[in-house]
Amino acid sequence: MSAILETHDLHVYYGKKEALKGIDLSFNEGGITALIGPSGSSKSTYLRTLNRMNDLIPDVTVTGDTLFRGQNIYSPQIDLVTLRKEIGMVFQQPNPFPFSIYDNVAFGLKLAGNQNREYLDQVVETSLKQAAVWDEVKDHLHDSALSLSGGQQQRVCIARVLAVSPDIILLDEPTSALDPISSSQIESTLLKLRADYTIIIVTHNLQQASRIADRTAFFMNGEVVEIDETKKIFMNPAKKATEDYISGRFG
Amino acid sequence: MNPKLSNRIAITTLYVIASLIVLILAALLGYIIISGLPALSWHFLTSPARAFTSGGGIGIQLFNSFYLLILTMLISFPIALGAGIFLNEYAKQNWVTSLVRTSIEILSSLPSVVVGLFGFLIFVVRFNFGFSILSGAFALTFFNLPLLTRSIEEALAAVPDEQREGGLALGLSKWETVTHIIVPAALPTILTGVILSAGRIFGEAAALIFTAGQSAPALDFGDWNPFNISSPLNPMRPAETLAVHIWKINSEGIMPDAKAISSGASAVLVISVLAFNLLARFIGRRLFKRFTAG
Repeated sequence: MSAILETHDLHVYYGKKEALKGIDLSFNEGGITALIGPSGSSKSTYLRTLNRMNDLIPDVTVTGDTLFRGQNIYSPQIDLVTLRKEIGMVFQQPNPFPFSIYDNVAFGLKLAGNQNREYLDQVVETSLKQAAVWDEVKDHLHDSALSLSGGQQQRVCIARVLAVSPDIILLDEPTSALDPISSSQIESTLLKLRADYTIIIVTHNLQQASRIADRTAFFMNGEVVEIDETKKIFMNPAKKATEDYISGRFG
Repeated sequence: MNPKLSNRIAITTLYVIASLIVLILAALLGYIIISGLPALSWHFLTSPARAFTSGGGIGIQLFNSFYLLILTMLISFPIALGAGIFLNEYAKQNWVTSLVRTSIEILSSLPSVVVGLFGFLIFVVRFNFGFSILSGAFALTFFNLPLLTRSIEEALAAVPDEQREGGLALGLSKWETVTHIIVPAALPTILTGVILSAGRIFGEAAALIFTAGQSAPALDFGDWNPFNISSPLNPMRPAETLAVHIWKINSEGIMPDAKAISSGASAVLVISVLAFNLLARFIGRRLFKRFTAG
């Protein structure tokens, strides 16, 4: 099976400081990959290079290849707008727009010129159902999304990404600002999505990685120490550093 | 002195200062409104002023003030919005940006009478607009632009960066993110800034004396064709505003009831500005609630 997304010898520099030191990873279609590692291991930086969100940071240099379906996403021909529709992103802090729940989810489609009311209604419903928040919000779709709880907001944000039907969903510590119950709701949402989407999630919560991820990559100091089946990483890691981190000896 | 006592003294002093401010404002407002109130009537608010006999009103001046305000906002809001968006969303931290910022600061500290004289030279004389609403509106734009730009810039800056990231991550271009997410999110604060600056424009006199003029020709409120000279909408007619009217009555008014008219007009002016302020708070709060609580 060919990879949907892969990076070869990916280096990222902030000014002169090297944050990523040559990452070779590939992701097959479907399933959940968790990126774990201590703070400052640059796992979020890695995630953000995958949809070029790092472009926003001034003074950043990216070298190496990042291939999405075989095409280098840093090549000048790439349309950033299309790319980010294919590779959606959910952030640490829930960031619904200050509009209604409905408008939040329909936003991407509306802006792409989709005005068909029935079609929008349908996509909004499907997306909210996929994000497992439909039952909680279906009676007040036209209330402000900011009136929801943090966990609901985060699931609306996931629905917002799903509505533009991406191939890959990147999640940057999506539950670290949420309470345990909301977190477990997000986790079960992700488990439902893993069949249809390629999911890459950065998490500080090792239990979370072990619960939901098919594969887990351990990052340290800007390098991938190890990547393998999640079970293997947690039960029988190949590297000493991984074992030390998993068992809580540092980090 | 023990810490407890010094703390008590400090708090008492602060309370005294704070109540002094409130007291000054209350005394000022109270005096103006109480001395102006007897003059207020529907007739006073709607009829034209009289130069030599008593019984004149402020109808035309009141209309002029509002018309000038609207025209000024029409000119200055788009410019201020553009400048605010540029400064907060696009400008890089370099010498051009800091030049723009410094210019805005200097512009905002220019005395309004100087702005008025400059407007006189440029618009009234050079561009040959004459003493007109248009000249006044341009002069007030100079006067208004810095503060409005600043308040819009601050409103945009208050929108969290997560919103920008959310838009970009959804595949929006930077411009779409700004126009579809950031500006709507900042709208309540922007609106508050607009209304507050409207209060300042409404009360401005010095910048208008030399630009919009000191005379209020009779208007025909049945004629809404902006090209007719007696039409209220004609932007090329001279237009004495309420604030200028107050200044003029007090310096050279010869009507027998000058004092009463001046007090009445002052009360109307102060109440209007006060209304702008309260409206700004009310609308800002309402919009904020609508955006956050459904």
